[in-house]
Amino acid sequence: MTDTVTQGVAQRRELIAFRIGDQEFCVDIMSVREIRGWAPATPLPRTPSFVKGVINLRGAVLPIIDLGARLGLNTSEPTARHVIMVVHIGERTIGLLVDAVSDIINMSDDLVQPTPDVASDQVKTFVKGLFALDGRMVSLIALDRVLPETEAEAA
Amino acid sequence: MDPFESIKATFFQECEELLTDMESGLLAMEQGDDDSETINAVFRAVHSVKGGAGAFGLEELIRFAHVFETVLDEMRSGKLHLTDEVAKVLLRASDVLADHVAAARSGGQVDEGRTVGMIADLQGLIDQDRAAELGLNEDGDSGAVEEDFGFVPVVLSLDEPAADAPEVDVAALMAAAAPPPEAPAAAPAWRVTFRPKAEMYAKANEAALVLRELARLGDVEVALDAGAVPPLDQLSAEQAYLTWTVRLSGDKSEAEVREVFEFVEDDCDLEVTREGEAATEASEPDIAADDDASASAVEAAAGAPLDLDALLARVAAPTEEPAPAAAPAPAPVAAAPPAAPAQDPASLDVAGLIALAEKASQDHAQTQAAPPKADPKADQKAEARAAAGPATAATPTIRVDLDRVDRLINAVGELVIQQAMLSQRVFESGLARSSDVALGLEDLELLTREIQDSVMAIRAQPVKSVFQRMPRLVREVADMVGKKVRLVMDGENTEVDKTVIERLSDPITHMLRNAIDHGLETPEEREAGGKGAEGTVRLAALHRGGRIVIEVQDDGRGINRPRVRGIAMAKGLIAEDAVLSDDEIDNLIFLPGFSTADVVSDISGRGVGMDVVKRSIQALGGRISITSEPGKGSKFSMSLPLTLAVLDGMVVSAADQTLVAPLSNIVESLTPRAEDVHLIGGRDAVICIRDTFVPLIDVGVALGFRDTPLPPASGVAVLVESEGGGKAALLVEAIQGQRQVVIKSLEANYQHIHGVAAATILGDGRVALILDVDALVTTSRRKAPRIEKRMAV
Repeated sequence: MTDTVTQGVAQRRELIAFRIGDQEFCVDIMSVREIRGWAPATPLPRTPSFVKGVINLRGAVLPIIDLGARLGLNTSEPTARHVIMVVHIGERTIGLLVDAVSDIINMSDDLVQPTPDVASDQVKTFVKGLFALDGRMVSLIALDRVLPETEAEAA
Repeated sequence: MDPFESIKATFFQECEELLTDMESGLLAMEQGDDDSETINAVFRAVHSVKGGAGAFGLEELIRFAHVFETVLDEMRSGKLHLTDEVAKVLLRASDVLADHVAAARSGGQVDEGRTVGMIADLQGLIDQDRAAELGLNEDGDSGAVEEDFGFVPVVLSLDEPAADAPEVDVAALMAAAAPPPEAPAAAPAWRVTFRPKAEMYAKANEAALVLRELARLGDVEVALDAGAVPPLDQLSAEQAYLTWTVRLSGDKSEAEVREVFEFVEDDCDLEVTREGEAATEASEPDIAADDDASASAVEAAAGAPLDLDALLARVAAPTEEPAPAAAPAPAPVAAAPPAAPAQDPASLDVAGLIALAEKASQDHAQTQAAPPKADPKADQKAEARAAAGPATAATPTIRVDLDRVDRLINAVGELVIQQAMLSQRVFESGLARSSDVALGLEDLELLTREIQDSVMAIRAQPVKSVFQRMPRLVREVADMVGKKVRLVMDGENTEVDKTVIERLSDPITHMLRNAIDHGLETPEEREAGGKGAEGTVRLAALHRGGRIVIEVQDDGRGINRPRVRGIAMAKGLIAEDAVLSDDEIDNLIFLPGFSTADVVSDISGRGVGMDVVKRSIQALGGRISITSEPGKGSKFSMSLPLTLAVLDGMVVSAADQTLVAPLSNIVESLTPRAEDVHLIGGRDAVICIRDTFVPLIDVGVALGFRDTPLPPASGVAVLVESEGGGKAALLVEAIQGQRQVVIKSLEANYQHIHGVAAATILGDGRVALILDVDALVTTSRRKAPRIEKRMAV
């Protein structure tokens, strides 16, 4: 029992929960640099549809990924109410377009359940695991997979 | 980094500059320039390397530099005349010297055999007598020779900012070069009378150092004559009153003894006489101290500014205890720096010496009776600082971490954007153009632009630093393959970002090796072919299309196309029946696994083919191409981006997007008439501009922003020229204007996108893409399957 407790304490972490459509997701709070409102992006040629384009983040060119589209959800055109979560993925900084940021969750890793087999391949790729929170289901996003693999190699 | 290490690092940085100076001087000499100023410049460079090395005890380096310097001195004095042969030996010697510096820097080893051979060659240049004497220096007590330069150069370096420094060297070295009047063995003892003048102290030379140096030549007995020291009330702080008499035993030549005084000779009265044993014994004064004590006494003297106790003691009893009591006399000279430095160009060093003096005086105060030995470490530091000082004083430059410059450049880049955004906001707010705010903004804009230009200039550097390493490479490779090569360099002053310069070295090296090894013929073949025996390799740098282009051109045999084709076929790189243009055949050499050399040679065939070169250049965002003419030679051109953050661009709009085309690519812009646009094969459009057909590329379609092309007549065609010289017309909707933009990498956070060179941020704060014109043109030519161009006429 003691072991479990120690383990739990060691792997406790904070997550930022956000909403896309009616689903809830979260990412490790340590990878989030800032959260800002949606601003029109400059589209990039020859990019997958989930790449919304690039915006100017205080002088840096920040690519915006529509996370909903990336996960295969139905998305609508972004409005001023949408938010961009600026996250670090490895050496890069990118913006994730989501509907709203909802919560900060403090939880331990052992509560995360592996993604069940029923999920589609696309979702399984990006969802590291699931957990229950007040009767809601929250999916933990694997940020390093959000950029397409071929692109990661090209870098 | 501990201070000594950082001083040492500075020394090596300076060495690099000195070696560069030396090499350019030698190259000029190779071209027949025997102007004394050129020779002096080379001599000074070698001498300064030697001097600095002395401060760090780099013995190997000193030893070689010394021989080298000796030969150069022979030339300065007109004893040795400049011939091709001499110039070649000197150039090779400069390579060896560079090796020594590199080895000293990395703590590695130098090829001993090569050094010895080089020394022999250098000595071969000197006449017999001189050679013999040199041999003595070299083979005899080398320690002494090295030690000589162990600190004498310190004296030099404090002196050096003055223009007359070389003259001092000339005199001393001429003296050194003169054959000794008597065989050293016959002169067991020298009597040296050394009377420094005030000028010597004023130049921050120290008698103690000179005497200590003298002590290294052999056993010394030093006597101090303090008789000239006036009573305290008449004592002038700026004057020199002391005379030393040194009896030096040991089999040194007069020249060697005089060499110790090389740098102070003009500022002291010096007598060097030979004396018999008996006379020496008789005249040996009781007050003679052993050299260490004496030296340290003097040192303490130099360091102890106002030791009143000792001074009073000295005044009260001038004859009782001369050695330690003499301390105060020279002290005011060294210790009066607040007054003295005014005449000293190297005030930095003086500051160091003041610190040293203060330290020594503290020590002195603590020990009063016994003259303290100056902290050797502090001493060493002062020497090192002295050695490092002159360059700083002589040339108005500072060394700055590249990181700091980068941070500044980034900050300025953002400042420019913010300023532009602010201007636009103010403009949009409807304020009158004559309002104070608008006028202030205009000034701000000018200032911003000025700051930006200045900042960019900091990091842009001429490619010279890379080019200058190449003559040596060419010499070595030419020697190795037995070819005669003349290297011609153009555009050395082409400026490019420092970070790019660093990356240029490897590809240039490789292309030069390749040109000499594969491109040029042997002298016999050349003569048989009616060319001069000496081949020419031209290395040039130029700006083109917002990029830096490096060309390596040889006048050799050119690419043997049938053979290249044969090899490619044999290796299965192309199909047997492939129909290839000459250009395509030439470019086969960039294919992986292709190597034309029959025997993999030591020079260019190190398992690294042109394919690797090409890939490494591409990795830097560059391109490489080759043009060749059989029998006349080949030309490699590589172009690399000037990663410098700014670009002059034309802001255009296409498919509702704002894009920037690099101005350097643009030839002209025009409004196409519908009848000038023709279709080829139903899809590809060409436009006829003054009877020339060039491809018409709809930018919006090429970038995939829309599917249906713009009707040509409703847009604007921008005629562009690509890297390879190919022309094309880019069809856009409108031209918005021309402006300087700050280049922002797309790769940093995303990835490379074909057809897009980079991004920038416009005045409204939005991101705009910068077109990669070359990629667009090439794509249109190769007809990448994804892009379909349909022109609706």
